[in-house]
Amino acid sequence: MKNSYFGEFGGCFVPELLMPPLLEVEAAMRRLLPAAEFQAELDDLLRNFAGRPTPLTYCPALSGNLGFHLWLKREDLLHTGAHKINNTLGQALLAKKMGKTALVAETGAGQHGVATAAAAARLGMKCDIYMGSEDVARQAPNVMRMKLLGAEVHAVESGTRTLKDAINEALRAWISSQESTHYCFGTAAGPHPFPTLVREFQSVIGRETRARFLEKTGGLPDAVVACVGGGSNAIGLFYPFLEETSVRIIGVEAAGTGEPGCFNSAPLNLGAPGVLHGNYTMLLQNRDGQIEPSHSISAGLDYPGVGPEHARLHKTGRVRYGMVKDANALAAFHRLCRAEGILPALESSHALAYVLDHPADFAPGSAVVVNLSGRGDKDMGIVAASGDSGICAVRTAECRENGMQHFKRNF
Amino acid sequence: MNVLEQKIRHAAEEGWPALIPFLTAGFPDRSRFWPTLVELDEAGAAVIEIGVPFSDPVADGPVVEEASRRALADGITLRGIMKELLERKGLLKAGLVLMGYLNPFLQYGFEKLADDAAAAGVNGFIIPDMPFEESASLRGMLGKRGIALISLVGPNTGEARMRLYAAGSEGYVYVTSVMGTTGERNALAPQAADALRRARAVFSLPLALGFGLREPSQLEGFPEDARPDAVVFGSALLRHLDSGGSAAEFLRRWR
Repeated sequence: MKNSYFGEFGGCFVPELLMPPLLEVEAAMRRLLPAAEFQAELDDLLRNFAGRPTPLTYCPALSGNLGFHLWLKREDLLHTGAHKINNTLGQALLAKKMGKTALVAETGAGQHGVATAAAAARLGMKCDIYMGSEDVARQAPNVMRMKLLGAEVHAVESGTRTLKDAINEALRAWISSQESTHYCFGTAAGPHPFPTLVREFQSVIGRETRARFLEKTGGLPDAVVACVGGGSNAIGLFYPFLEETSVRIIGVEAAGTGEPGCFNSAPLNLGAPGVLHGNYTMLLQNRDGQIEPSHSISAGLDYPGVGPEHARLHKTGRVRYGMVKDANALAAFHRLCRAEGILPALESSHALAYVLDHPADFAPGSAVVVNLSGRGDKDMGIVAASGDSGICAVRTAECRENGMQHFKRNF
Repeated sequence: MNVLEQKIRHAAEEGWPALIPFLTAGFPDRSRFWPTLVELDEAGAAVIEIGVPFSDPVADGPVVEEASRRALADGITLRGIMKELLERKGLLKAGLVLMGYLNPFLQYGFEKLADDAAAAGVNGFIIPDMPFEESASLRGMLGKRGIALISLVGPNTGEARMRLYAAGSEGYVYVTSVMGTTGERNALAPQAADALRRARAVFSLPLALGFGLREPSQLEGFPEDARPDAVVFGSALLRHLDSGGSAAEFLRRWR
């Protein structure tokens, strides 16, 4: 295994039964990805099926208020509604060329599940999606979409019944189905080679941003900003800018409600290093190494770990990682809807909120690109339930109670 | 020769196969855990694997996962397990192995883990989510104290990967019978015999067959050249204990 680490983070911490299929994916990645034929086929899928390239949209109203130039990279306009399709088309094509006939994947809010189901249907592959039963209940429209696209959706009843448990169950399913099946991992985390593989497929976001920005302004942006859950949209935007020292890079984690004792989804800021889901990275965990439940108003950020390359970029300081609370993300959501006529995903609203809430961080006249990683149609239920209070009252009460019980038990 | 290897070889001579029960720490409950260990020991276990609970046990089926969840809810921790083993050191004849996922061991600290395990009379570790590539530093620290890091191989582990493991292996080799998670199966797949044959050719250590074992009849008709030296059973034992059965009675089935 080569280059499985980003500094001290990453690695491949999986049962031996999963080593042969992971080595197979790694070998296929090195052999097939660079080939012109593969790149041409993927490019065709991205253009003519997914809708790439996506626009870089200038925000005149918000820029006027803020005093600096705000641009949005419009991944929300992609087929299935988010950046996830960049990765699933890439992995599905790779799997097909490896001779696999089926895909298995985990999903939290259902965006990665829908994108995997769409890629599988397009390429004529079977598809099994694992989803926590809590998420199945609260994301019914996405479950329906996956089923319509031909996927079988398995509700996972173990653990906290959310994304992390869906990953456990998908890994278990892959152990027994590895001969015919590729695990289409949804974010730039997990065991090697997934953090690298997913970054490869998502870097199209940063490459396009760079090229479009240069075309429109003749230079580079002063800052690029993205939300970080597992971190695939963020690493996709950041990677092509890492060597550009003039470009500030900001990742935004979800702080949850921000109330004392409450869960959050900010392992870079509030966690400690450890091993979960195949990699050594920053995690929400107690002192005994048990993984803590996470919380965010946005299901796509609701995960107790983060991709190992982000852990590395956090440690070296190349990327600055901020935090945004549920209420601030919701406020940013509403503000973008009204000011610019764009309905963002609650995930992407965290990135936007960071910029809107810290105008002093950006010099007057400078240019900031925020990755609008997905659209907000899927979040209507949560936004409606939040009413005027700015936060989801039901989940906050539930979170506060769980959080306090948990706190008492562990500390 | 590592003490685990001795115990298994000795037990297999007394009566084949040597028996390796797996018991999640704190199972069936805090007060009955130690008496159950003693019962397993007296009923002839060659080695006892104690499961260290983890919130995300990815290699385990539903029975062991549920036992792990219950243990965590009861406040079972690695520190508590080490303390209890230290207090009762020398009371068991069987070899002792801790089986668990990497993160709790990592947070405990590898040096302290190796020191405390040696002091508490632990003879080996099985860490399902630490494949060969990630095992060098812990293997070294345990090795210095005479503690084995037990290799886990399965039906899809080819000869080349078995050779990687063989170089640093001690104690015994855990051969999984199925391409799946822990838990009972009705019949053993033919790949189990192939994996055992391959392991026999590569390793000089005793081979323990695990995952899916429930009753001795599963080994009937197993080809002579693919016979394991020992068998591991976890889920079937946990279920037996949970439904009120005794540990001794479960082990007697294999005699």
